[in-house]
Amino acid sequence: MKLEVKNLTKEFNSVVAVNDINFSIEKNKTLGLLGPNGCGKTTSIGMMLGLIKPSSGNIFIDGKDINKSEKNLLLSLINFSSPYVELPKKLTVKQNLEVYGRLYGVKNLKLRIGEIASDLNLINYLNKKTGELSSGQKNRVSLAKSLINKPKLLFLDEPTASLDPDVGDFVRNYIEQYKKKNELTILLASHNMSEVDRLCDNVIMMKEGKIVDKGTCKELIEKHGRKNLEDTFLKIARSNNEVA
Amino acid sequence: MRWHKIYGLSLRHFYLIRSSLPRILDLIYWPSIQIFLWGFISKFFTLSSDYYNNTVGIILSAAILYDFLFRSSISYNMMFLEEIWSRNFTNLFIAPIKLSEIITALTITAIFRTLIGLVPAAILAIPLFGVSIFELGLPLLFLLISLYIFGVTLGLLVTSGLLRFGPSFENIAWASLFFLAPLGCIYYPIEILPEWLQIISKVLPLVHIFEEMRNILINEVINYYSILKSAMISFLYFIMGIIIFYLSHSGARERGTLINIGE
Repeated sequence: MKLEVKNLTKEFNSVVAVNDINFSIEKNKTLGLLGPNGCGKTTSIGMMLGLIKPSSGNIFIDGKDINKSEKNLLLSLINFSSPYVELPKKLTVKQNLEVYGRLYGVKNLKLRIGEIASDLNLINYLNKKTGELSSGQKNRVSLAKSLINKPKLLFLDEPTASLDPDVGDFVRNYIEQYKKKNELTILLASHNMSEVDRLCDNVIMMKEGKIVDKGTCKELIEKHGRKNLEDTFLKIARSNNEVA
Repeated sequence: MRWHKIYGLSLRHFYLIRSSLPRILDLIYWPSIQIFLWGFISKFFTLSSDYYNNTVGIILSAAILYDFLFRSSISYNMMFLEEIWSRNFTNLFIAPIKLSEIITALTITAIFRTLIGLVPAAILAIPLFGVSIFELGLPLLFLLISLYIFGVTLGLLVTSGLLRFGPSFENIAWASLFFLAPLGCIYYPIEILPEWLQIISKVLPLVHIFEEMRNILINEVINYYSILKSAMISFLYFIMGIIIFYLSHSGARERGTLINIGE
């Protein structure tokens, strides 16, 4: 699926959280959404998920405006994972996946749950309550929920935050492998620059609600004369605003 | 309206209830306590004065019906609050479900939560106090439907408040029914109220429901017009509740509160 964001703006009581941003993600590509805390990443993702109403601008998914088209049809092809959004803790992993599978209208749900649980090493935890899992296990369950409907467009908000390096690497590896086998466009918001470097085809940098730079990781590193993406991020984050 | 989605959403609450015995006991505990309390109070009145003859039956029936209203409203609110407490709100609202499907799922599931609590209490009243709510017969079903519609409406209004003001509105969820109870003329006839309050209370379905309940138990006459009137008023409030819920959801999208309501 192709995602296009045109002149997107969000104001909260005259405070501009997102200021006239424009970008697109081509089908099957991964875009990194970077920026310091409070730069408007979450608000932007919220608008793309239909949770926040834009003050102006449009979001197109495969050419269809999400705020004008049959929203639920588009939402059935999208999903989202974030460590800051949890699944009901008292339900088992299997029950949570079953509930969300039904909400997304997944066919052959039992098979799909088995498949995804096996891929994400969750088979042994299927009958455990989600609240009893470690953060690494919960993170994988959240990822399983976000892939239950085989989305064509996936929003990942810091998918490896608070994970140990081993689990973090497992998740990154899994996303890479999954993307190779499936048709999937990803928008990845992350503060882990090596993760962005590894997973993203393109990157946009946000600051104070605006997109201040964009390009491939390599292009940005070269443009700013830094050794790696982390240094590039720091340079952009600490510099005065200059819209690319 | 897609029933498999409504079923999916209801399933989440059935799993939650099923997973915890204390949760089930909690559902049963409060209605039963209510029955015990009102049963003994009205028994005391009956034994102390001739004036209060037949009080046990009327007061206990009123207590059971009021608890049905209370439980249906609280059940509705609780299920919505569960989503906030479990920080599952974002997942729910990005799923391809219509607001009408969420409302339907909560409305259907709330009846099960309500009945889990109330059926044991209503049955308990039979051997303990010799009072059976089921003696109201077929009209009982209509009275319960009317009460349920109004209970769900109150639930909708509170959930609209939760969407608008966030979890801080939670206290209102608990207080909402106590606010309406005096005007509902649950335990006393409408004539007790000052005239100006009678006018206000007649706008609520409760007064018509409880007046009719007393009419059936005392006069042994069924006034279907009164029952229909209460159902119509409840239904009007229900429509209003749905509109307010949609407006609150739209307002929450405008203010961006859906994304961080549980935080």
